[in-house]
Amino acid sequence: MAKPRVSAVMKQGKWTPWFYLLPALIVMSFFIVYPMINTVVLSFMNKDSTASAATTCRDGEPCWGIFENYRYALTAELDTSSLQSTWQTFWTSSYGNTLKWIVVMVSGTVILGLLIAVLVDRVKYEALAKAIIFMPMAISFVGAGVIWKFMYNYGTGQVQIGLLNAIIMGLGFDPVPFLSTVGLNTFMLIIVGIWIWTGFCMTVLSSALKSVPGELLEAARIDGANEFQVFFKIMLPIISPTVVVVITTMVINVLKLFDIVYVMTGGNFKTQVIANRMYTELYKNFQTGRGTAIAVILVLAIVPFIYMNIKRFMAQEAMR
Amino acid sequence: MKRAKINRILNKIPLHAITILILIIWIVPTLGLLVTSFRPVSLINTSGWWTALSPSQGDTQRFTLDNYIDSLVGYRGSSTYRGACAAGTQPLDLHCNISDLLNPRGMGRAFLNSLIVTLPATVLPILFAAFAGYAFAWLDFKGRYFLFAILVGLQVVPLQMTLVPILRIYANLGLNGTFLGVWLFHTGFGMPYAIYLMRNFLGGLPKDLFESAYLDGASHWTAFRKLAVPLAMPAIASLTIFQFLWVWNDLLVSLVFLGGTKPVMTYQISNMVTSLGAGWHLLTAAAFLSMLLPMIIFFALQRYFVRGMLAGAVKG
Repeated sequence: MAKPRVSAVMKQGKWTPWFYLLPALIVMSFFIVYPMINTVVLSFMNKDSTASAATTCRDGEPCWGIFENYRYALTAELDTSSLQSTWQTFWTSSYGNTLKWIVVMVSGTVILGLLIAVLVDRVKYEALAKAIIFMPMAISFVGAGVIWKFMYNYGTGQVQIGLLNAIIMGLGFDPVPFLSTVGLNTFMLIIVGIWIWTGFCMTVLSSALKSVPGELLEAARIDGANEFQVFFKIMLPIISPTVVVVITTMVINVLKLFDIVYVMTGGNFKTQVIANRMYTELYKNFQTGRGTAIAVILVLAIVPFIYMNIKRFMAQEAMR
Repeated sequence: MKRAKINRILNKIPLHAITILILIIWIVPTLGLLVTSFRPVSLINTSGWWTALSPSQGDTQRFTLDNYIDSLVGYRGSSTYRGACAAGTQPLDLHCNISDLLNPRGMGRAFLNSLIVTLPATVLPILFAAFAGYAFAWLDFKGRYFLFAILVGLQVVPLQMTLVPILRIYANLGLNGTFLGVWLFHTGFGMPYAIYLMRNFLGGLPKDLFESAYLDGASHWTAFRKLAVPLAMPAIASLTIFQFLWVWNDLLVSLVFLGGTKPVMTYQISNMVTSLGAGWHLLTAAAFLSMLLPMIIFFALQRYFVRGMLAGAVKG
């Protein structure tokens, strides 16, 4: 794709650009490009990368030859004895959980972010409110994990020091062990993610909302549209490109998410997600081949978004 | 007229009620952590933090700094650090003097390690990115557009994809468990989005500015130092804050490359959560210590922080 020269006036030596680029290109090829290729190679090898993955197959067990690590990564968590058990175990596998994370956390952060952006736009303490919602973005996932682990704390005695269980007991119900109740726990972890990331969505969506021309909204109101109609029929369609960007950003973030699960449950009680499972295989089970295969699967899931990012960039450039 | 005004106020009540309710929900978890970190351990385990100010607590001391002291020096016994030192029953690795702040088990040392990791890991990528950003914005070379498109794609690559090969190279070079290894890793991974931000900012500056500087006899090197870098300060500020907090809050990289040899704050806390040795009194204080610096930066430099955060949202 030919781009016009930067500026005819600003002459430069033949090698000048490369001097400016050199440090960046060296560190990037060493730390991103080379390892990516190497990771793909390792994912086809055994646990200490001394032989092909095909050698780890055992007699009488299913084997995908050189793709053995991928077989493990994709099916080891599933009970494939029947269709029904496969379906059931899928939903508590790292893939099923990651899917839950994507659906619930992305819709949660985007909807809440949008709601809050619309709400605080109409109050005088907008700046303060935004700061409060955005604040969790400043602290680490580890810190957030501690904060919420304390909120979810479950005591066996009469006194609950975790706020949620205290409220539940105050209402006359039995306290709930939130983090060890399979089925519920993943959603409790997702709430932590929503708490952290809603501020990001709110900020982006809020600036998009503010760029919607006020005359347009006034005209609709004069024509008798109520606030809901104004929002859904006018504002939302106008900001929909921004909403798409926010959604893709959030999906990427959720796919890579590791810390919350690592700190709060360690992937136990069927809360495993892809990113944490990769860590478990690598550093707890010392299975390099399997761990890298999971990493490759993670990247394959992200590839469509890489493509979208580049396409969006090219569209932006065309408009410059 | 007056009725209309009252109506308007009444109509706004649901709006304020919902907004304030959401704000309370957002603040309460952090507030609980903060309050708990100042309560004595006996009270933390027998009553909820929301009762901290209620009169039913009797005459016992309600708030204390012991949790912070204990977690800073890494005291994990059944008493408190101050109590143990007064009674002479401190563990062998503590000396009851200022040197305890550097105890490898404590958050004081972890704070220092976090700072040592973070500062170079912030400066290096921004330095390299400023150079590369200038080249992408104001220099002409073959493959400029193509290379930049690749860079946009690389922004999204997850860290997980590169850990194992780097770990092996580091093992050969003896860089595992060293600060240098972590600095370099963060520099590599900070690059794509930092260059992206720098290039977009520098490219947005008026062309005449650079052209007239060049006509006045300035070289690219002069234009870069005297024109591009000073003008890019807002972008550099956002970038610095984002990268600083990203590294400060990172767990995965320090877990893999530093681990327990040079524990940073996030590592130390995650260790306390997963091991049973540390109670809530230490955990809450430690967590708050790790949040202190990010909170100060956030509230003091909010504008730059938000801008940097939006630019780097999909990073590694």
